[in-house]
Amino acid sequence: MKLEEIRAALNAEVLAGEDMMDCEVISVCASDLMSDIMYYVKKQTVLLTGLINAHAIRTADMLDVNAIVFVGNKNPMQEIIDMARERNIAILATEYTMYEACGKLYSLGLPACVRNA
Amino acid sequence: MTDKNQIMKQKYPIEAGNFTLAGEASGQIKKVLKQLGVDSNIVRRVTVAAYEAEMNMVIHSVGGNLTLQVTPDRITVIAEDRGPGIPDIDLAMQEGYSTAPEMARELGFGAGMGLPNIKRCADILNVHSKMGEGTLLEAHFDIKAR
Repeated sequence: MKLEEIRAALNAEVLAGEDMMDCEVISVCASDLMSDIMYYVKKQTVLLTGLINAHAIRTADMLDVNAIVFVGNKNPMQEIIDMARERNIAILATEYTMYEACGKLYSLGLPACVRNA
Repeated sequence: MTDKNQIMKQKYPIEAGNFTLAGEASGQIKKVLKQLGVDSNIVRRVTVAAYEAEMNMVIHSVGGNLTLQVTPDRITVIAEDRGPGIPDIDLAMQEGYSTAPEMARELGFGAGMGLPNIKRCADILNVHSKMGEGTLLEAHFDIKAR
């Protein structure tokens, strides 16, 4: 699924990576715990989180995640958005809560990340 | 790198409690491994282990060093701190067990998955700890295995 379809489903605002909406996404990881994210994330995963700090961006960068959706109508500081831009990570922000956002993407057929072997 | 004895070594000092800089050393390690042309799956495993070890030192230790060592066959991440030490390593290795303070949890850390994550990523993990002296963690990754 294209990132643009995710943006549309979540009625999300694009805060960084406007030119990345063609990126292909094959799974979703939703968590506010960095270790969980490191446990589950695979390639071409979109990360859903309510954490809008630098560690969310750093963790995504370490795992080559190319898109993060901030859930629950949160506004990250400009330095966080700049950090994402420098690392070629798209940032989307949605008013939907974590539960609602997960439900919408799940119903579109996007699977969860499974534990790495 | 064709010489079997060739070793590349990079050492990064880790400051206790500095959450602003936390993760920078692991980011550097990832960059170095990518520049060396290491397979992306191995880069990812080493990076996750390094990041977890770095965060453990920032959160729990009084400070230490994170070292990356690369030979043609093996990558090693060494996290060596100056204390206080892990009282019960078996307990710390259990998924979900955490003694992280509230401040770390607010930032998304302290899930109790740090050491289990490192163990899962590494081919060999050795952890030695002595209360009052410190902890030495060595995570080895075989370049040709898997």
